[in-house]
Amino acid sequence: MAEPLRDEIPPGTLHLFILKILARGPNHGYGIAQFVESSSRDVFQVEEGSLYPALQRMMLKGWIRGEWQETENKRRARVYSLTTLGKKQLEVELSKYRRVSQAIGRVIAASS
Amino acid sequence: MPRFVLELIRRLRFFLRGHRFEAELREEMDAHFTMLAEDTDPVYAKRRLGNVTRWQEISREVWVWNWMDRFWQDLRYGIRQLTLSPVFALVAILSLALGIGANTAIFQLLDAVRLRSLPVPDPQQLAEVRIANGNGGIFVSAGDNPQTTNPLWEQFREHQQAFLGVFAWGTDTFRLGKGIDAHNVHGLWASGSLFPVLGISPVRGRLLDIRDDRHGCGASAAVISYGLWQREFGGLDSVIGSSLRIQDHSFDVIGVTPPGFSGLEVGTGFDVALPICSLATLQSSNASFGRRDIWWLTVMGRLKPGWTLERASAHLNATSPGLFGATIPTGYQASTLERYRKFRLAAYPAGRGVSPLRETFDTSLWLLLGITGLVLLIACANLANLILARASTRQHEISVRLALGASRPRLIQQLLSESLLLALVGTLLGIYLARVLSRAIIWFVSTKDNVLQLELGLNWRVLLFTASVAVLTCVIFGLMPALRSSRAEPSSAMKAGSRGMTAGRERFSFQRLLVASQIAISLLLLFNALLFVRSFRKLMTFNPGFREQGILLLETDIRNFAMSSHMSPSRLKPLQRDLLDEIRAMPQVQSAAMSTHVPLNGSSWTLGFYLDDVRGSSKFTWASTQYFETMEIPILSGRDFNDRDSESSPRVALVNETFVRDYCGGTNPIGKVIRSVAEPHYPAAAYEIIGVVRDTKYANLREAIPPQVFANTQQFPSDGPWGPIFIRTSAPMSSMISAVKQKVGQAHPAMQMDFRVFQAQIYDRLVLERLMAALSGFFGALATVLAIVGLYGVISYIVIRRSTEIGIRAALGANWGQILRMVMSEAGLLLLIGVVIGAVLSLVAGRAANSLLFGLKSYDPLTLGMAVGLVAAIGAVASFVPARRASRVDPMVALRYE
Repeated sequence: MAEPLRDEIPPGTLHLFILKILARGPNHGYGIAQFVESSSRDVFQVEEGSLYPALQRMMLKGWIRGEWQETENKRRARVYSLTTLGKKQLEVELSKYRRVSQAIGRVIAASS
Repeated sequence: MPRFVLELIRRLRFFLRGHRFEAELREEMDAHFTMLAEDTDPVYAKRRLGNVTRWQEISREVWVWNWMDRFWQDLRYGIRQLTLSPVFALVAILSLALGIGANTAIFQLLDAVRLRSLPVPDPQQLAEVRIANGNGGIFVSAGDNPQTTNPLWEQFREHQQAFLGVFAWGTDTFRLGKGIDAHNVHGLWASGSLFPVLGISPVRGRLLDIRDDRHGCGASAAVISYGLWQREFGGLDSVIGSSLRIQDHSFDVIGVTPPGFSGLEVGTGFDVALPICSLATLQSSNASFGRRDIWWLTVMGRLKPGWTLERASAHLNATSPGLFGATIPTGYQASTLERYRKFRLAAYPAGRGVSPLRETFDTSLWLLLGITGLVLLIACANLANLILARASTRQHEISVRLALGASRPRLIQQLLSESLLLALVGTLLGIYLARVLSRAIIWFVSTKDNVLQLELGLNWRVLLFTASVAVLTCVIFGLMPALRSSRAEPSSAMKAGSRGMTAGRERFSFQRLLVASQIAISLLLLFNALLFVRSFRKLMTFNPGFREQGILLLETDIRNFAMSSHMSPSRLKPLQRDLLDEIRAMPQVQSAAMSTHVPLNGSSWTLGFYLDDVRGSSKFTWASTQYFETMEIPILSGRDFNDRDSESSPRVALVNETFVRDYCGGTNPIGKVIRSVAEPHYPAAAYEIIGVVRDTKYANLREAIPPQVFANTQQFPSDGPWGPIFIRTSAPMSSMISAVKQKVGQAHPAMQMDFRVFQAQIYDRLVLERLMAALSGFFGALATVLAIVGLYGVISYIVIRRSTEIGIRAALGANWGQILRMVMSEAGLLLLIGVVIGAVLSLVAGRAANSLLFGLKSYDPLTLGMAVGLVAAIGAVASFVPARRASRVDPMVALRYE
């Protein structure tokens, strides 16, 4: 199996992506992957082998909930949405991300 | 709810619908693929998705704990291994089930008798109030657990401050119904406060309260137990308000107690509860109701919040002088009353009820628990040995796996899972066996008069106990072999497996140790069993001084009979005489007599007396003519009672040898006069000694023989006496009973009769000894069988492992006698070590049984010799069989074996 750009998504960021995307509204797995790719202008490619286990892990944690629904193309798909717990988790992940990226920025600025 | 709990719930939900999970994930992937293929192209989509099964596995692993999955795998492997050797599995499971079942059963009994709280709200607040250090046996005690008199209870009720509420109760036997339907039930005398203070609510009607318990209440209200309601009233609601006939008085049933409540005395239960005030009506003028010298009530209370037992005791101690001062009995000597004034009350915990059973069964049950624990230990040792032997045949496999890089913990886990499986199945079967066994034990110790009523639930304490026993067994028989067999060095083990001449001595040392300790423990148990069996035999064959065989006891209700037919008291003695004469006239009857005391039934009647100014006290029994003939007690000197000893003639008495020794200095006592000290209701009287009888056992077999005085029933100085009629006959007891029923029934149709076989009654009182003999015998035999199987197994195993060596020895010229000696000396050493350790253990541990033994000491050398001989003999036979097989080994076969 090829491993395209898997390492390009920084570790732990996939959860943040999924949470943030679902905060806009419910979406299915394919939709999430598409959104990440298009909004990152194809820099990130979400590997399905990481996406689905991640979704399961988040369901186990109770952050998201999956329901079978009809898509606009009359196709059955599992659509994920955020739970209250998930919204809280998004805040946690976001503030963590901001803290880390600011810190990285400071380190780089100080050493240049 | 905490997060991890929610997570656990989600995991469980996943576990329950695991099959749907796969399907949903597959569908999700398909949808993903279709959408991707539409947006790009199918070839790209296929390439990009790659190994779909792998993602599914990863997704699944998110939900499942790894160890759980592996555990299932090991368990399945374990089941496969066990089904491959069904005999091993069967032996293992059965011996575990027996061991665990026996332990659980004994613990269940212990729990019911000793550990369980009363089924009432806040039982820990309950306290029992009684005289510190007991009443010293003065005055008259009735029942098994009497602590106070009724006047003392009433005083206490008015003056106590330590308790929120107090109550009193006493047990009795009530005669329920009328005519031929009449039968005895367990009665409970309850103060009006008993049910309210305990906090018990009725299932029907209402329970007794203080309104029902007033002086002069007569025969009014009665409460019945749930058991009686179901048994005799079919559980019908109409029972409320119906009338209950007790001892010829009519009571109204006002309510039914809940099913869980069986009184405050463990193991006895009750059928009918009456208010204490009704006692005055139910008994004659002689009633214990107003008496200050009859101890028959137990007093309990619910402590006030913040009051401890110590504080309550201090309070009781301070108020005691007033209470006892206000209830001084009349008619006693000053010295006795001085002791009475000095009594002090104290509070004791009572949340588990009171129990005479507890005292009698306590030591026995703990001892039995110890015994069953040791049996289980032997069973575990056997299993450990079996598993070790199995593991060593798998040594090659284990070495290979170790060499290939299997981790040791993983191997141990796998070996353990097999033991866990055995322990699990064994425990489940054991719990079932425990139910059967504990019920059998209760049935065994219940006698005609005393049916033991114990709730034997599987409560959390019992389950916890069984579970910990199971885990412990699993560790003992599973973990040790697993640790040992996984320790093998891959290289050396593989070499040994392929080309072993003699397996190294140290390879068996653990097994030898196990077998030696098995022999030691089984010797201990066998010794113990023999002690109890011999002690029981001694009790059964002990000569009490009279011949108990062939005696039927007839108890009549002559007292109530006389009262209800308004006979004048002076008519009673002639009536008793007539009754005796009617029975003596029957052809099957050799002799018949009446006596106030039934030997060996635990009861006692003591009076103080003066003999030539010497103050003494002795057991007093009033017996009729023919008593000594009926009991076959020889008269050593002087004469028996005869018909000329009457109410009007001077009072006469016979004394026993101990009396002569203690009070007459061994000189001839005939002609001396015993002057009994007055007690209330028993005026002083003078008795001339007319004869000496041989010593006989009095209240029970274990006691030393006390001094005894036998006076004549016809010369009883007060109302009465009352007592059963002893009938000696050589006819079968059942035909004798129906003959007496017919004869007496014709003459006195209204008289009620109860029959007991004297010998059976004595045996019934030996129920504890019989139980100990039977159970310890059973477990001792079981332990020995297990240990011998272990010895046989290990010797056989050693022989098989050394068959190459034996073959070489035989080929080099050793004859079969030498080989036999070689193997036997190996077994002999194990036996010797086991027997020596076991003998030392027996002498040390045997002391626990001392108080339960009769006629022999816990270090009885003969018994120890028997046990050692038995173990050694059986052990020798068990090792001779494999040794002989070894000596017959054909060198060619043995050498070609590998």
